[in-house]
Amino acid sequence: MIDSSMFQLVCFYAFAAVTVGAALGVITLRNTVHAVLSLVLTFFSTACIWLLAEAEFLAIALIVVYVGAVMVLFLFVVMMLDIKQEHLREGFIRYLPVGIIIALVMLGEMLALIGVRAMHMAVMGANPATVAGVSNTEWLGHALYTQFLLPFEIAALILTVGVVAAVALTLRHRGGVRHQSAAQQVAVKPSDRIRIVKMAAERPAQDKNQEPTP
Amino acid sequence: MPNINDILIMLPELYLVVAACLLLLLDAFMKPEQRHWLHWLSVGALLMAIYLVVAGQPAQPVVAFGGMFVRDGVSEILKAFALLSTALVFVYAKPYLIDRKLFVGEFYTLMIFAVIGVMLLVSAGSLVTVYLGLELLTLSSYALVALNRDSQLSSEAAIKYFVLGALASGMLLYGMSMVYGATATLDLANLHTAAAHTGAPKLLLFGLIFMIVGIGFKLGAAPFHMWIPDVYQGSPTAVTIFIGSAPKLAAFGMAYRLLESGLGDLSHHWQQMLAVLAVLSLAIGNLVAIVQTNLKRLLAYSTISHMGYLLLGLVNAGPEGYASALFYAISYALMSTAAFGVILALARAGFECEEIDDLKGLNQRSPWMAFLMMLVMFSLAGVPPMFGFFAKLLVLQAAIHAGMMWLAIVGAVFAIIGLYYYLRVVKVMYFDKPVEGSELKMQADPSVRVVLSLNAISLLVLGLSWGPLLGWCKSVFPG
Repeated sequence: MIDSSMFQLVCFYAFAAVTVGAALGVITLRNTVHAVLSLVLTFFSTACIWLLAEAEFLAIALIVVYVGAVMVLFLFVVMMLDIKQEHLREGFIRYLPVGIIIALVMLGEMLALIGVRAMHMAVMGANPATVAGVSNTEWLGHALYTQFLLPFEIAALILTVGVVAAVALTLRHRGGVRHQSAAQQVAVKPSDRIRIVKMAAERPAQDKNQEPTP
Repeated sequence: MPNINDILIMLPELYLVVAACLLLLLDAFMKPEQRHWLHWLSVGALLMAIYLVVAGQPAQPVVAFGGMFVRDGVSEILKAFALLSTALVFVYAKPYLIDRKLFVGEFYTLMIFAVIGVMLLVSAGSLVTVYLGLELLTLSSYALVALNRDSQLSSEAAIKYFVLGALASGMLLYGMSMVYGATATLDLANLHTAAAHTGAPKLLLFGLIFMIVGIGFKLGAAPFHMWIPDVYQGSPTAVTIFIGSAPKLAAFGMAYRLLESGLGDLSHHWQQMLAVLAVLSLAIGNLVAIVQTNLKRLLAYSTISHMGYLLLGLVNAGPEGYASALFYAISYALMSTAAFGVILALARAGFECEEIDDLKGLNQRSPWMAFLMMLVMFSLAGVPPMFGFFAKLLVLQAAIHAGMMWLAIVGAVFAIIGLYYYLRVVKVMYFDKPVEGSELKMQADPSVRVVLSLNAISLLVLGLSWGPLLGWCKSVFPG
């Protein structure tokens, strides 16, 4: 008989395994488009883990924002780049054994030392949203604008820095670039475009060839 | 619920945010030839912020936004000196920026945002504010390093800085998530009590290790120092001078907040880790600096060794140790600004003054500059009676009082080794013949001349009368 907490644990491990596998795929796949799609899978399975942790809003936001918007944009960029795939993996095989050994040793140490099983459900209390009797989104919104107002505003500041940095690093004023100025176009006067020249009337010049012979 | 008191406590930060936004707007509507107004307004904004910090210093630590933000003596002294060193950076950088066509408003805005990050970081009362303050500081720094877009060296430095910095932030965040998992709190004050009786001590310890990796990266302590030489050499000198000053104060503030305010109960664990970092930094910094020919790279390795000395103070894990480390961080910020200030003052359009050989015969060309550089080098080397000497003395004393005599001996030995490469710069300036055809002379800008002289001479004055500053540093760490 499987009780619900057992089922949750099984789900968690399944999603975690998919997340780690997909993350490995991101850095090992030969084809860059496949790597990006693998990253989408990583995000998706992470969202599933967050759902298990009863963070519904974050899970949906991750899928809508990252999978829906950011990764699609990423895919466009990757497809537009002309990447030579042979050069990307130089040195990868050479460093792979060392990397795998280090990763396995770290994993083994951490599993042995932390003892995930022992602390399962030990410190974290009940879900605050459930305690307050509101939905996850409502609780999150409330916490974000009261308890976490300062971090929220600092995050806004970080985004401002991102905009300023992007402009500072990419905007170039090149000389000789033709562009329209709507204000100048509207404010144009007839005298700017047409010059009326007063000329004295002249007799047509006489052509030498057609000069009548005397 | 946040109220008006929270806002009043955060007044210096909020003021500076408003000032930065106004400067950003002003720059958009300003003609390029009016930009020197922006320069002086930025310097004025920082000086005003120093006044707000010092004038509003609370007698007792106060918290705002439910403990997210702490205003106490430690944060005030760090903020005051971070703002001061940034104002110095602005003054020194102006002629350099104009010469290299980098005199843009974003330089000032990004740097002010970075200082806001420093202020939030040293005042953080929660793991979330530590992380966000750090990100604000580092993101602005990445952009500043890359500011000279036409230089390949700058771009390379920026990418290295960005990748390694993102890795370090990831490590720090990973550690924070483990600490949160073990204690179920983000608030540093609560963390201090919760850490004492956690149900998962091993997890907490793992979190601590990852956080120390993050702190090591930000300090630039070996073995997490790889980014320092490349970033120092590659970025425009006007940015290098910033990275060498205020962020070092911030890194000390971060280490203090996380290790003492948050995980002070685990001090017997992190003392040993910091001791290892300190020894490695002292060794790598001092030994590799000997073979450098590039002045900026030399100062980069000297930074690594100085962070080793700073760690000697933190290893003490008591009020005396923190006071000495704080004193050391302040002395380093002032010395580093002065050292890079001289490099900036000697650089001209098309000439960087980056190699040690560029300083050959500086005494014949510009005796006053050579004298100022000599003061700075003596102070960095720790020659009595300079500022740097007393800073070194205090951290060594702190290490001895922590029962780590061997660590103090290592520190003293490497101080003597370090003497070699600092004095080599002095020797090149005073005893070598100037290279034919090179014109080493000081920038004509009088503001740079006056402020740089004051900065370098302050190293001597603070060395002769170090009592008041040390008293201030000690008063903020009640025993």
